[in-house]
Amino acid sequence: MKSLGSIRRDFTPWKDPNAKPYIQFDKVTKKFGDFTAVNNLSLTIFEREFFALLGASGCGKSTLLRMLAGFEEPTAGRILLDGQDLRGIPPYRRPVNMMFQSYALFPHMTVENNIAFGLRQEGMPKPDIQKRVAEMLKLVKLEQFAKRKPHQLSGGQRQRVALARSVAKRPKVLLLDEPLGALDKKLREETQFELMDLQQELGLTFVVVTHDQEEAMTMADRIAIMDKGEVMQVATPPEVYEAPTSRFVAHFVGNVNMFEGKIAEQSANTTRITGPSGAQIVVENGGAAARADANIVFAIRPEKIRVSSKKPVDAVNALEGEVYDIAYLGDMTVYHVRLDDGQIVRASALNAARVTEDPLTWNDRAWVSFRPDAGVVLAR
Amino acid sequence: MNTTWSRFNITSITLGFAFLYLPIVLLVVFSFNESKLVTVWGGFSTKWYVSLFHNQGLMDAAWVTIRVGLISATVATVLGTMGALALTRYTRFRGRVLFSGMIFAPLVMPDVITGLSLLLLFVAIGMDRGMTTVILAHITFTMCFVAVVVQSRLVSFDRSLEEAAMDLGAPPVKTFFQITLPVILPAIVSGWMLAFTLSLDDLVIASFASGPGATTLPMKIYSQVRLGVTPEINAACTLLIAIVTIGVIIASVANKRREVQRQLDERAAQRG
Repeated sequence: MKSLGSIRRDFTPWKDPNAKPYIQFDKVTKKFGDFTAVNNLSLTIFEREFFALLGASGCGKSTLLRMLAGFEEPTAGRILLDGQDLRGIPPYRRPVNMMFQSYALFPHMTVENNIAFGLRQEGMPKPDIQKRVAEMLKLVKLEQFAKRKPHQLSGGQRQRVALARSVAKRPKVLLLDEPLGALDKKLREETQFELMDLQQELGLTFVVVTHDQEEAMTMADRIAIMDKGEVMQVATPPEVYEAPTSRFVAHFVGNVNMFEGKIAEQSANTTRITGPSGAQIVVENGGAAARADANIVFAIRPEKIRVSSKKPVDAVNALEGEVYDIAYLGDMTVYHVRLDDGQIVRASALNAARVTEDPLTWNDRAWVSFRPDAGVVLAR
Repeated sequence: MNTTWSRFNITSITLGFAFLYLPIVLLVVFSFNESKLVTVWGGFSTKWYVSLFHNQGLMDAAWVTIRVGLISATVATVLGTMGALALTRYTRFRGRVLFSGMIFAPLVMPDVITGLSLLLLFVAIGMDRGMTTVILAHITFTMCFVAVVVQSRLVSFDRSLEEAAMDLGAPPVKTFFQITLPVILPAIVSGWMLAFTLSLDDLVIASFASGPGATTLPMKIYSQVRLGVTPEINAACTLLIAIVTIGVIIASVANKRREVQRQLDERAAQRG
């Protein structure tokens, strides 16, 4: 079965027209003076979803999160949480909790007291607080650190305290602002899976802000890619990668080759594109419909391009050029091939075997080929 | 780097420290002088310390000084902290630059001018001069020192701590008392100590602002010296020096310990 969808196959509320949205941004605009941080943005997030806001710094993703937490009020539009309009509700009365990028652990309190802080504000009875704190410490595996102060912990441990503190109150929604930004690469990868497990275990709705596309791809059910205060695309990780709807998204997530061209012919699910030098590309099931003769871009990921010394006999799409650069990375090899019309194509080949049967080196003549359904046509 | 003790280095250090401490050493030594003549050594004695505690005038002045110091330092700390908060937090109000310049002006204002202007004010509003006016004057001139100390701490204060507290359900006032205040407390305490010390050794402003019955220790010492230095005064000064020295030593040892402990903790945490 061919599929391009979510990884959790049983969790797709966004496909269900009857599903009730849990968090709803309704034409939200936020201005700081003359600067528009968020521009007329609408977005829905469902209950128990792991939702990621992905974008470069300054794209408005953090502002969106801070509006949900109540630290900023929208200039226009409304934010609904479980049907309730959040306007005017201060942060300390919202049923959401946030994990801060800096962790924001209270330096004068022990780990225990940091975690208990929110519960004390609720006026929870003491024995219950103790029980919940112990439960949280166990959840993040920090039982033996209960009496320590934050400065006596390593970066990874602090991150876990911050996490425990923010889920201790069992919020309806947990907001995470660059939750793994301060950790080193290895710890970050481990923690990503831990966060996913935790979200499943507690059954909470997670909204995470990140600039790291790998992080978003690994953890999220759906990703919203943002640019200049607007949402460019909201989709599952495979859709974002394999079926981007704009040049921006195709560029932002992963590596991509772009071919400028015009649509020569378009039928039910086949599009023929002519490049500026007359080269022809045939695309099947490749996205955007556009009128004939329209200027479009054909986008294809490097790993979907094959490089060979001879023209493959069965190839529908094959272009000739010269090997310009080779980067051997161990698990794969990246080729830069300069086509005869001057364009440089990036292709990556997985090193599935230890030896290669078709060795290529600098300045060799080479063919790049790809299947008709390997790329997409982007009209914008 | 050349770390050997060259003759030049030794001479500079000796001269420098002599310049700084010789007068103080002389004062301390002569406070133990048997003779009544300040400049003639007549053998070791502690009798001037005994007579100091029987000198009612000096003791009264010391008591006034302590009360003025405690009250003015406390009020100045509250006001200075509030000022520092306002100046670091509400950065967008009109005339902020003017205000922050104005709060620091008394730092560089000559004492004589501050004292004189306060005197004119008290006279103008018909306020009887006494301990109250001295306290008010000291609050006025020490407040800005507190504001400076607290402000420098607030600048590096991580605002997300307060946001985290609010996010966890603490309203703003509770957040201030449970999070902000404990975190900036060391700066507030050093601000208080600075204000107390400044109030303790101020002569000029106190002289302008005080009236009958409110003589502070520096004023008393100054007026007695004009009648001739007695070894009693030397003894009083030696005690003051001792108190200040002990205070400074305690503060810096505590500071040093905390720093060392923090570094040890951090190293331990890095190791996991």
